[in-house]
Amino acid sequence: MSTDHLQVKRGSRASFVATIIGLIVLAVLIAAPLWAGRADMRLMGELFLYLSLACLWNLMAGYAGLVSVGQQAYVGFGGYMLFALTIFAGVHPVVAVLGAGVLAALIAVPVAALVFRLRGAYFAIGTWVVAEVFRLSFAQVSSLGGGSGTSLPVSIVKSMTSGRQAREWLSYWLALGLAVAVIAAVFLFLRSRRGLALSAIRDNELAAASLGINIWRTKFVVYVVTAALTAMVGALIFLQKLRISPDAAFSVNDWTAFVIFIVVIGGIGSLEGPIIGTLVFFALRETLSDMGTIYLIALGLVAIIIMLKAPQGLWGIVRKRWDLQLFPLGYRVQQSATPDNHQQLHDK
Amino acid sequence: MPDTLLSTHQLCAFYGDFQALYDLDISVAAGEVVAIIGANGAGKTTLLRSIAGLCENESQQVQYRGMSIGAQRADQIAFNGIALVPEGRQLFPSLSVEENLIIGGQTKRHGPWNLQSVYQLFPILQERRQMPSTQLSGGQQQMVAIGRALMANPDLILFDEISLGLAPVIIKTIYEALPGIIGEGLSAMIVEQDISKALSVSSRFYCLQEGRSALAGDSQTVAREDISKAYFGVD
Amino acid sequence: MNWINAIVQGILLGGLYALFAAGLSLIFGVMRLVNIAHGDLIVLAAYLGLSTTIMLGVHPLLAMLVVIPLMALGGYVLQRGVLNHTLGDDLLPPLLVTFGLSVIIQNALLEGYTADPQKMSAGALETASLPLGDLSIGVLPLLTFAIAVLVIGGLHWMFYHTALGRAFRAVSDNQDIAQLMGLNRRHIFGLAMALSLAITAVAGILLGVRTNFDPSIGGARLIFGFEAVIIGGLGNLWGTLVGGVILGVAQTIGAQINPGWQLLAGHITFLFILAVRPRGLFPRMTG
Repeated sequence: MSTDHLQVKRGSRASFVATIIGLIVLAVLIAAPLWAGRADMRLMGELFLYLSLACLWNLMAGYAGLVSVGQQAYVGFGGYMLFALTIFAGVHPVVAVLGAGVLAALIAVPVAALVFRLRGAYFAIGTWVVAEVFRLSFAQVSSLGGGSGTSLPVSIVKSMTSGRQAREWLSYWLALGLAVAVIAAVFLFLRSRRGLALSAIRDNELAAASLGINIWRTKFVVYVVTAALTAMVGALIFLQKLRISPDAAFSVNDWTAFVIFIVVIGGIGSLEGPIIGTLVFFALRETLSDMGTIYLIALGLVAIIIMLKAPQGLWGIVRKRWDLQLFPLGYRVQQSATPDNHQQLHDK
Repeated sequence: MPDTLLSTHQLCAFYGDFQALYDLDISVAAGEVVAIIGANGAGKTTLLRSIAGLCENESQQVQYRGMSIGAQRADQIAFNGIALVPEGRQLFPSLSVEENLIIGGQTKRHGPWNLQSVYQLFPILQERRQMPSTQLSGGQQQMVAIGRALMANPDLILFDEISLGLAPVIIKTIYEALPGIIGEGLSAMIVEQDISKALSVSSRFYCLQEGRSALAGDSQTVAREDISKAYFGVD
Repeated sequence: MNWINAIVQGILLGGLYALFAAGLSLIFGVMRLVNIAHGDLIVLAAYLGLSTTIMLGVHPLLAMLVVIPLMALGGYVLQRGVLNHTLGDDLLPPLLVTFGLSVIIQNALLEGYTADPQKMSAGALETASLPLGDLSIGVLPLLTFAIAVLVIGGLHWMFYHTALGRAFRAVSDNQDIAQLMGLNRRHIFGLAMALSLAITAVAGILLGVRTNFDPSIGGARLIFGFEAVIIGGLGNLWGTLVGGVILGVAQTIGAQINPGWQLLAGHITFLFILAVRPRGLFPRMTG
């Protein structure tokens, strides 16, 4: 086989088309207040927040090999920091969302130093212990309502925007903006040198180490950045809910189980997976949520079957069938579209 | 012509995308000792692993006593009477010397080999029977590995590089013990890098080169230069 | 006096935690599997015990005779039917499959038994106590601790003195070579999970006699068991008992200081030991 007609590309026609469609969809979503009702916007806002959580969990588990079942620690921490910063320090809620991210990054540093001592599955349970410590600790803070929780004071809610509609629009846009920022951050990170190193780690930790890639530091950075962004998502979640309690803030089911199911069903280890997974998850939830526990059992079964039979998830099936990649992450070797040029070069 | 005990038919083996064996046809008769020689990476170990069931193959590619065993699991093949002495000994570190031997007899096949007869063959092992296998010298570990395979009372025993990494004096001891082992009517396949050792204990040989059989013949009469050619692939 | 009482109660509570941990430790040792659904299986066993006592009208401890074989059989089937297909170099499949299983068990229990807290009645055994100086020691906690010691001693003996234990160690050392010895690792793994869930059955029933339980408490039981395993050191069964005792004592002392600090004190003790002795107090193998 001649290699003359092969060339290495990052993008593809599909990823170009996807970019165009993505931008159109984004414009339509930004304009949602023009066409969507209150309930729809609320649902979409929630969807964006779950999408962000899914992308972040996927970055950790699918790329960095850090399988955490304790990300609710940072969702809850972010929520509580939003309440603490606005109530005690009088910070504007939007600023408090950023502040929650910074504080989460700070606390994630010693936490990482501790849980990184555990390997593999034991790391997973270790993160859960940390989440429990957070939950029990916040339940001790009586000025934030202790075990029964507290509501965001009306004065703070009112200070945010003029009127309820404006506040709902703002939370919608914040959720959308954060989701876009998270996807962009994960995408750019994975394209960077560090991100490529991550893929190398995932594929073979030993080989990556022998190539001089500092595994520990890369994983550490991923953990801390993910913690910060997860806390910002958490702050937005509880800015929507306006009420927080330890059990709701640190719920393993709401903030980790669902997120894991989303990523597994959509396709772990791909950027497209969490997006597909979130859409499927919300579609199922909206149609089957009346069934309560049965719905959850079905979700668990679907996740198990996918893990056993199609570990690359729904997106993996699509990618295999049509060789698609919407986010141009890797390098692709392709047959050149214009072999004639090469032929001429060759003739010289 | 004695009965064929084991034969491979166009045996192919893969590690992922890498093909290690190509259409290999070899056979071992009942009571026969066959040597497999070849350079590093020629596919010798893969051949033994395929026969023992540690590599996946198609069912009819390995025939044993009239059965197609290519697709059987290693534990099923063990019950059928094939034992492997793996490269690098690979004893169980959590088991004592005696436990390593006992677990070799897990298949409960009948025959001449049991703890007593193995200890008779390698008396040093009886002295050290309670020790963790990791505390033995390399040569003693090799004795345990051979004893462990014998405990299964196999009909066919596969030796993979039993002299690798051992001192010459130990190799001599082990090879002196071999006739006593094989003399009991056992068939054997011996993989060795040391060609003269392998030829001296075998009646026939196959020389592998890049996963194919490059030469086969009578161990005692083969010309050295033919082997060199097949071994290094020079024409 | 209260302090001594707290410590004694903590030691006895540690027996229960060691029982939570023993099954977890066993399957990690044999096949490096960490079962996220372990806590929910403990709760499942408690509910099976409850149903048995109600249907047959027997004492909860007698119900073990039904629940232990049932859980063991379920463990074997679960391992051969599902979990064996997840084992390999990749750690995600077993983790996520057992996580999915955890959610399924939890919700199935909710569906079958509702979220109302339940308890098994053990009659006079619940209130019986032995005077020891100024202390009074409950017979039930004492019995739980004795059972924990027996179970761990039995496991230890099985591991080092029986053919099954030998097979467990061989498969744990090297699956391929063990297979060459005629050991079918899928079957051995099935047996390990059966044994693990048999212990889980004992733990679940003792839990259900001791306190109220509902479908949501599995996660915390998994965490207690896990903490006991890590504190004691991986692969060391007696270490696991010590780990359970340390965790139990930390919790009861925490509760003695402030009732809200019981669980927090346990977790913080665990994190502290993780910080100063990352491999636990008496490690035998690496994670």
